[in-house]
Amino acid sequence: MVIHEYQARSLFKAYGIPVTEGVTVESSKGLEAKLKELAALYPKAQHPDVDGFVVKAQVHAGGRGKGDVFNAKGEQLDRDGKKLAKDGKKAGGVRFVGSLSDAVAFTDVLLGKTLVTKQTGAEGAKINKVLVVPGLNIPAKSEFYLAIVMDRKGQCPFIIASSEGGMDIEEVAEHTPEKVAKIAINPASGWWPVYGRRVAAALGLTGDDARKVAAIAEKLYKLFLDKDASIVEVNPLVKTDAGNFYAIDGKLNFDDNALFRQPEIAAMRDKEEENPLEVEATEADLNYVKLDGSIGCMVNGAGLAMATMDTIKLYGGEPANFLDVGGTANAERVEKAFRILMKDPKVKVVLINVFGGIVLCDRVANGVVEAVKKIPGFKMPVVVRLAGTNSELAKDILKKSGLKLIPADDLNDGAKKAVAAAAKA
Amino acid sequence: MSILVDKSTKVIIQGITGKTGALHAKLMKEYAIEVKNPGFFVGGVTPGKGGETVEGLPVFNSVAEAIKKTKCNTSCIFVPPPFAADSIIEAVDAGIKLVIVITEGIPVLDMMKVKAAIKGKDVTIVGPNCPGVITPGIGKIGIMPGFIHKAGKIGVVSRSGTLTYEAVDQLTKAGLGESTCVGIGGDPINGSQFLDVVKLFAADPKTEGLVFIGEIGGDAEETAAEWLKANYKKPVVGFIAGQSAPPGRRMGHAGAIVGGGDRTASQKSDYLAKCGMKMVKSPTDIGAAMTELFAKQSKTAAPAKKVAAPAKKAAAPAKKAAAAKAPAKKTLVIKAAVKAPAKKAVKGKK
Repeated sequence: MVIHEYQARSLFKAYGIPVTEGVTVESSKGLEAKLKELAALYPKAQHPDVDGFVVKAQVHAGGRGKGDVFNAKGEQLDRDGKKLAKDGKKAGGVRFVGSLSDAVAFTDVLLGKTLVTKQTGAEGAKINKVLVVPGLNIPAKSEFYLAIVMDRKGQCPFIIASSEGGMDIEEVAEHTPEKVAKIAINPASGWWPVYGRRVAAALGLTGDDARKVAAIAEKLYKLFLDKDASIVEVNPLVKTDAGNFYAIDGKLNFDDNALFRQPEIAAMRDKEEENPLEVEATEADLNYVKLDGSIGCMVNGAGLAMATMDTIKLYGGEPANFLDVGGTANAERVEKAFRILMKDPKVKVVLINVFGGIVLCDRVANGVVEAVKKIPGFKMPVVVRLAGTNSELAKDILKKSGLKLIPADDLNDGAKKAVAAAAKA
Repeated sequence: MSILVDKSTKVIIQGITGKTGALHAKLMKEYAIEVKNPGFFVGGVTPGKGGETVEGLPVFNSVAEAIKKTKCNTSCIFVPPPFAADSIIEAVDAGIKLVIVITEGIPVLDMMKVKAAIKGKDVTIVGPNCPGVITPGIGKIGIMPGFIHKAGKIGVVSRSGTLTYEAVDQLTKAGLGESTCVGIGGDPINGSQFLDVVKLFAADPKTEGLVFIGEIGGDAEETAAEWLKANYKKPVVGFIAGQSAPPGRRMGHAGAIVGGGDRTASQKSDYLAKCGMKMVKSPTDIGAAMTELFAKQSKTAAPAKKVAAPAKKAAAPAKKAAAAKAPAKKTLVIKAAVKAPAKKAVKGKK
């Protein structure tokens, strides 16, 4: 599960990782007063490194600063919220502004608009919330990268630290691997101060700075463990011209399997950031990922579901989704799955591929029959491939149902027939 | 012969009184009776429910008690995710030598702690989030449909359950059969990796070929493929699921997600092919591909059609002949390893 930057900041604050205060809003109403309060927290005398504001779109995607902002008409906007002229300056999802009134104005430019970044895909992400934080004076070479990730190869958490903060760390690792330090944490013995010293050394810091960063790294690890995170990333971690360290942006991913014991994290889920069909599927305990093709897939088992998508592609078709009905598929779950597939307007054909192990094929068949009965005027071609436990029984149920179903012998046959049916539809 | 599960295996189910545990207790028992190995499955554990029976099998309060009473050396875990890691630790602490974890949805940090806790101990963990392990004709441990399997010569290792069934079904229908099938599970941190399992298969003289089914995410497939390239001369058919999966999206399995630095599915597949595996584009073609490799193998001195592969294959029979005698030692080692738990169990009784 992914959370927003403003939520990540609240967790950082709770763990003593230095962040500036901020204001998160869904409308600019009353924002001016809130920003005055925010500014009052940072009087110039005590905070010489604070200057202006940064206005940040809150969406679940990286690359916001370089993103493009579009209005409902699909026009790209400039910094003033007007249609971008040829020589105009494009808005972007993150922007530094000098004054309070500019912060309010730019918040209005962003709210309700669509942000397209390299991570959102062409359809972009709707900006429902905007975070405004104090701007900071950051001298050159004072941005760092610090993260804790679960490393599957080492089967333990790793600290990733780099002096090249504020950049795409994967690119840094590719072009200048010597600038990315990876430090394995022994899960049995937990945190040792040496890890913090190695982080500081990797960032080229000494003295007080080294101690501060070592402490931040340790707190990040505590957050990682306490909250069942899979990624805790600060990018950048900055040192201001007054010598203060701040986590400026945070990306936190959590282990979905652990949400049962992380109610605070589970409550941070923003369903508006997710595809509505995926939200519905999750609530029905189904594994569903929306894709762009026309062949709706319903499969048991994640591996077989992926292989089914692959085979559709192999025969020249495009899968509409990944859908694993899981190991305990009964008639109700299958019916629910079927209904979710039907809600995707792009779906023209359904391919059901079930290899019965624990899943009984006859139950799947009953679920399909029930679901189709409840959809009035259902005419879509359904290609069905059932093998394994009770497959003969299932074929019988489908035959007797009177539904127009296309039987398939194996996955290749099913994929071919689905692709052919989609081409005709 | 086989790996992991053989005639000395005596298995219990942890979580046997739960709905899923009880269902599979029934199916596992039926399979054991069908293959005339009724002593294979000996009981179950659910804390607090000792004294009850499931499918006529005794339920114990603890694994330690189950070992004492039944001399079991293997455990199959159906315990729900919040308590599953604790059950693994209980099994290992009690002296179980093979722990097969079926449970899906165990938190990654729990598995991380389990792996750290068992480091250096004489135990093999398979799973979690896997279909289990079956040696056809001996016994099935897990949730795979028993009837599709047939004792034979191909070892199967896979991250996916239902994809394994696909492969097995074809191997059985092709008349090749399976020596042992191991589902290592779809989680990012699992007890046994591809490499661990292929090494066991390589040491088993009766396993004459491998089916290797991987997925997007991580590089455990590549690590095993590199080892196989250097150490294994028998036929290997491979498949990698997830060619059509978009990066950054988790495809059902917690481990099936392309992260930074990972190869895509097609890059992974190409890499495995470079390591000498015969890669298929659809799982439907696994059986046919294996049959073809065996046909090529039996045609000695067949003229090279494909570049390097046939040359290797042609050389294989000669090496195999030598191997057939040489591994006698290896076989002994395996036997000893398998027997060891039984011995310890006896000791425990004293």
